Amino acid sequence: MSETARYRLAVASRIVAAVVAGYALASAVSILFALLLPVSKAEAVLASTMLSFAVYAGIVIWVFHARSATRAWIGLLVPLAVISLACWLLMPGGAA
Amino acid sequence: MKEGFRQSMAWLHTWVGLLVGWVLFFVFVTGTMGYVNAEITRWMQPELPLPKKVVEVPSAQVLKLGLDRLEQVAPDARMWSITLPHRGLAERTDREAGIAWEDMPRPGLERGRRGNENFDPVTGVPDQPVEGRETGGGWELYEMHYALHYIDYDVAFRIVGVCTMFMLLAIVSGVITHKKIFKDFFTFRPGKGQRSWLDAHNLVSVMALPFFLMITYSGLVFFAFQYMPTVKDTLYGSSEKQLRQLYDELFKRDPVDKVFEPVRRPAASVEDMIATAQAAWGKVPVATVMLRHPVAEGPYVEIIGDYSTTLNRGFPPKLRFDAVTGEPVEFDNETNASMLTRNVMLALHEGHFAGWWLRWLYFLSGVLGCAMIGTGLVLWTVKRRNNYLGKHGGTPGFGHRLVEVLNVGTIVGLPVAVAAYFWANRLLPIEMADRGEWEMHCLFAAWGWMFIYAGLRPLKRSWLESLYIAVAVFGLIPVLNFLTTDKHLGVTLPHGDWVLAGFDLTMLAFAAAFAYIAHKLKKRWLKQEGKA
Repeated sequence: MSETARYRLAVASRIVAAVVAGYALASAVSILFALLLPVSKAEAVLASTMLSFAVYAGIVIWVFHARSATRAWIGLLVPLAVISLACWLLMPGGAA
Repeated sequence: MKEGFRQSMAWLHTWVGLLVGWVLFFVFVTGTMGYVNAEITRWMQPELPLPKKVVEVPSAQVLKLGLDRLEQVAPDARMWSITLPHRGLAERTDREAGIAWEDMPRPGLERGRRGNENFDPVTGVPDQPVEGRETGGGWELYEMHYALHYIDYDVAFRIVGVCTMFMLLAIVSGVITHKKIFKDFFTFRPGKGQRSWLDAHNLVSVMALPFFLMITYSGLVFFAFQYMPTVKDTLYGSSEKQLRQLYDELFKRDPVDKVFEPVRRPAASVEDMIATAQAAWGKVPVATVMLRHPVAEGPYVEIIGDYSTTLNRGFPPKLRFDAVTGEPVEFDNETNASMLTRNVMLALHEGHFAGWWLRWLYFLSGVLGCAMIGTGLVLWTVKRRNNYLGKHGGTPGFGHRLVEVLNVGTIVGLPVAVAAYFWANRLLPIEMADRGEWEMHCLFAAWGWMFIYAGLRPLKRSWLESLYIAVAVFGLIPVLNFLTTDKHLGVTLPHGDWVLAGFDLTMLAFAAAFAYIAHKLKKRWLKQEGKA
């Protein structure tokens, strides 16, 4: 593979990571935040939904700054798994 | 990427900005119109009389006239309301005397038929709605900044949402890119090609940076639950019934199964209630009196204050009284912190509270937003053109040419198209069917033509000639107005009608601005050619 092709592939990989995995991670972080906020459920849902866009923006920035596309993917998927598990444990009717 | 943080952010800023720059330019142009949409609509319906001065009459008289009329037109209603004629605390928010009602819902329906009318507070005679020409007005222009046009609403606001998210990224990465944001702000190197464009882009971007951040983020908040539905869907569920619970709680709406009886004329003195509210609120005028009769709680009267200056959007000051005894009734009227945050953000976005000075500032910030996006788009092409010509000595490829054509067609073409919308308003036959929609067709036809024109001409010619077209179409609007209506500058200026005169004068100012840009570009390009 040529240098240019490899570069383009890496950029494409980052874009998918930022758009898809980044959105998933932003969602997971926001759900966790909503579960942890010590206010009424409706209030918590609204607050963390509003905040989610800042979280998403931060995540995308990080994805494009990460040293490589692979690192970006790992950096998204590991916290996504951990936070999803935490949400599942905290959810009413979840495991906890 | 491989390089430092700043370089990777510069890369992100460049591409994120380019991808959605044209849509964002459209959103900023049409959104900026929203700050004066009522004024634009008035200009577009020149046959309407001047707005009536609010006549302050004793509220007892208005209440009696209103209740008499409501008993006639809506004897079987779930809700009655009477608006007292008053001067709103914010400018342009005066209200005339009027009534509104909602009939009892028919079985199986959630809501009843609604109606409203204004009336003369002295005689009680309902106002005959004056028929102006059919027009999309300022509202249609403004609506396009989130609903676009010719596109399904659900798709449109999502497209705008994605672009808004890009805008947020462009702002954040743009700020990071600047290591010397303060120093850069005071740097302007005119007549230096690419560097001048960069300085201009920095200058306009930093000047209204708080506005850009606010407008972008609050734009996302408007559709927060649609853009980021995962939190509510996880905690509440995604069915309509489950979500109703969330919205009822946030917006303090009555549950869907709440039973109401038809409203009757209250036994207690509404006058006294108004006096109590007035004493409690001080300067805030009483705006509306609303009556309802939920079976469980009994009939009540709600006194609602003017909310034109409050930032807690949609939650005006309210007091509730028992309609039979006249005693105050306790009810939940607290706004929690999340809702208050949301309401303030939306209020800042819309700027309904803004008086004329602040409104002009909003308008100028919007124009600066257009300038920020425009200079950014131009910068992209200037930078790459320099690289191509410098390194390869060749001509730029198709992609580059496409961006340049789209730039001319959008940055100058869209304003020309908006002017065409105003021209259509004056020139289309008054009785034309679907006239409002045809005004819009004219806008898009003119815009399409400006793209084609930009594509047919050499780059520099297309910039200059498009700008000349813009100067002509904006500069001639007051002339066209003079030829087609009796509400032209010769009449509006002596009458001090600043809304109508202001519209014509603003058109002249736009013409002057486009002429100035054309002059500057031409001078610079002549100098360049002289050197070469």
